[in-house]
Amino acid sequence: MSDDPYAVLGVRKSATQDEIKKSYRKLAKRLHPDLHPSDSGKQAEFQAVAAAYDLLGDPEKRKRFDAGEIDASGQERPERQYYHHYAGQDAGRRYDPSAGMGDFEDASDLFSEIFGRHQRGGGGDFGREFHAHGSDIRYQLDVDFMDVARGTKRQITLPDGKSIEITIPAGLKDGQTMRLRGKGGPGIGQGQAGDALVTITVRPHAIFARDGDNIEMELPITLDEAVLGAKIEAPTISGAVTMTIPKGTSSGHRLRLRGKGISTGKGVAGDQFVRLRIVLPDKIDGSMEDLAKRWRDHSTFDPREELRRKT
Amino acid sequence: MTFDERVVVARVERLTLRELRLWVREGWVRPVHSLAGPMFDELDIARIRLLCDLKKDMSLSTDALPVVLTLIDHLHEARRELRYLSDALEEQPSDIRSAVIRTYRARQNQESGEGSDD
Repeated sequence: MSDDPYAVLGVRKSATQDEIKKSYRKLAKRLHPDLHPSDSGKQAEFQAVAAAYDLLGDPEKRKRFDAGEIDASGQERPERQYYHHYAGQDAGRRYDPSAGMGDFEDASDLFSEIFGRHQRGGGGDFGREFHAHGSDIRYQLDVDFMDVARGTKRQITLPDGKSIEITIPAGLKDGQTMRLRGKGGPGIGQGQAGDALVTITVRPHAIFARDGDNIEMELPITLDEAVLGAKIEAPTISGAVTMTIPKGTSSGHRLRLRGKGISTGKGVAGDQFVRLRIVLPDKIDGSMEDLAKRWRDHSTFDPREELRRKT
Repeated sequence: MTFDERVVVARVERLTLRELRLWVREGWVRPVHSLAGPMFDELDIARIRLLCDLKKDMSLSTDALPVVLTLIDHLHEARRELRYLSDALEEQPSDIRSAVIRTYRARQNQESGEGSDD
């Protein structure tokens, strides 16, 4: 293809802006890549035409080009990703005209669906009646960790102003999508309404984390609670419970609170796992220092003994 | 990665907010709806650019636009389905594969033979 933008558009150097525009429109209609998704030659041609029009379609730029101030490729643009590039991928299904249909018994169902030969809603004569499925509408909803841990109801407002209540079941996972049948766009003729597809994003919690239906958390304890053992309060997703710290507990020790995890209503509820962490006060006072010194003077305990043996 | 209306209007120079909202209302572009308003991904943005091409560069009328768009959507759906089908065929044993291809070829020849007889 020629480098001369005038030749690319097929116009004379003396062409008016109107002639240039007309010629570009004619070429664009013929060459647009989304009308020829499998012909990469057409895409290259179209890009050349678009680039040429970019230059000559703008009287200011055209003047500078004619004066030799900028060359034909004067404006580098990042390469455009055409629609067919995306539409060919699985995500492109969103815009399929027959989306929402499916479940084929045999090959003839499949083909009639693909090539649109079936008659929806029984409108026998082609063109007499038209029925079509409503489109699916997608929603994205942020919910708090606690809401999915316990289950909740949420109201979402549709673009047309109506609102629907959706029930978020306990134990829903981050990124999961719920399909609400018939809550999408209205059908055409006797066609069914589309579905609402609600994707849930779970905001993380400051204290609780999830592992399936189990809850993980870290609980700070004092030195005396670790040494002597204690009964302390621990938060769970269903309120505070009392738990027993056994005598002589180390940092990192994991305790299980059975059934205090997420209860989905199906099967056994998950557990909560509490990881203990011994925390010392910001300022060590004299009595604690004395205690540590006295203990050190007669202790033979070496927590790093195993570590040394293995390295 | 998704973008709100304002980012989309900034990224697609030829687009106005009014047009974008109209296209969403018409169902030509289907963003995901969140509490922060509609959010668009790269697929939606590529589609918006295509709409701009059709509407502005090719000066298609507002009435013709949904017709062209539906045809394009049908084309992409058919192409994708054909790809799935040929992928599925690819996984079959070679005797089934060649039987399907033989039947397909026979049907092709038959159809074109009938056409020339008329």
